[in-house]
Amino acid sequence: MSEIIKVGMADLKTCLPPNGVTTLGLGSCVGIALRDTGNKVGGLAHIMLPDSKAVNTGQSNPAKFADTGIDELIRQMEALGANRRRLVAKIAGGAMMFALQGKSTTMQVGDRNVEAVKKKLAELKIPLLAEDTGLNFGRTVIFYPETGDYVIKAVGKGEKKI
Amino acid sequence: MSDLTLEQVTENYFDVLKEIGNIGAGNAMTALSQMLGTKVDMHVPQVQLLDFGEVGEVMGGEEQIMVGVFLGVEGDITGSMLFLVEQKSAKHLIDKVMMGMGNPEVEEFTEMELSAMQEIGNIITGAYLNSLSTLTNLCIYPSPPALTVDMAGAILSVPAVEFGIYGDKILMIQSQFFDEMEIDGYFILVPDIDSYQKILGALGLPV
Repeated sequence: MSEIIKVGMADLKTCLPPNGVTTLGLGSCVGIALRDTGNKVGGLAHIMLPDSKAVNTGQSNPAKFADTGIDELIRQMEALGANRRRLVAKIAGGAMMFALQGKSTTMQVGDRNVEAVKKKLAELKIPLLAEDTGLNFGRTVIFYPETGDYVIKAVGKGEKKI
Repeated sequence: MSDLTLEQVTENYFDVLKEIGNIGAGNAMTALSQMLGTKVDMHVPQVQLLDFGEVGEVMGGEEQIMVGVFLGVEGDITGSMLFLVEQKSAKHLIDKVMMGMGNPEVEEFTEMELSAMQEIGNIITGAYLNSLSTLTNLCIYPSPPALTVDMAGAILSVPAVEFGIYGDKILMIQSQFFDEMEIDGYFILVPDIDSYQKILGALGLPV
């Protein structure tokens, strides 16, 4: 029996086929799905903020940030036998939920999250195969490392696969 | 700068925050009651400091469809505020405000209904912030509200991001209110961490 492992907000999980990983209601957060194309070890990180170095108040949770979240996810996947040279990525989320005029940069956190994720993936030379990011609605995602399918659901918009 | 963490604020001033929530929500309900022309009752608000993961569950799951009204707070204190209502409750409220011209059976919202909801949100949050302003003698200006209908998890990511800068928890004031049916509404006031000190200081508490 396969199961779907749930990832919370500012959280990350690894998974082995035939299991999948899911995270519900991504808003401005980004869901980063990584997969080893060889042995199909997969993982999903639900990050909230772009940069762990921009805040310095004794942060303990690496899964909260794009940079440390990706590092930690790869570390845990490697523990399951993944090879970082074979990793590929798909990402979703990074929406702007509310359009407020004149509000500070925190409102564009979705865009900044997506940017930070892409930058980090490029640094690590992990190819970004597909993305469904931006706009103004929330997304629920399910990732199946077996096939690499990343299923995205949104309210009133049905389901799609990238 | 601030040396007060959210945990310390909550631990030491829990009753104060609860009272702020109580007064704010109470005034919001009075405003709502006047708008609807009926009696609106409320339960004692609950103040909770939750992990990010728990927040969605409190509201019936991350995928629970909610209506969120979000506004910025400027003036002596800065931050933002979110008012969340569950979809069915929102439909009920809207139908009341539109004097029976809403469509409570249909899940989708019409343009007119969204506009009505925005106004409800505007009045409720305005009353909430007004009472906070009167209580503390601080100037608080709300920005015009923005509205969205989406999954609870996605809406909550907005205040969660603001809390995420300071820690791993979110401070939430939950108010349940009811007229002839139970309406679940949630207020999330997100003062910037420095503003907590201003609020507590204005109330004459040693910080």
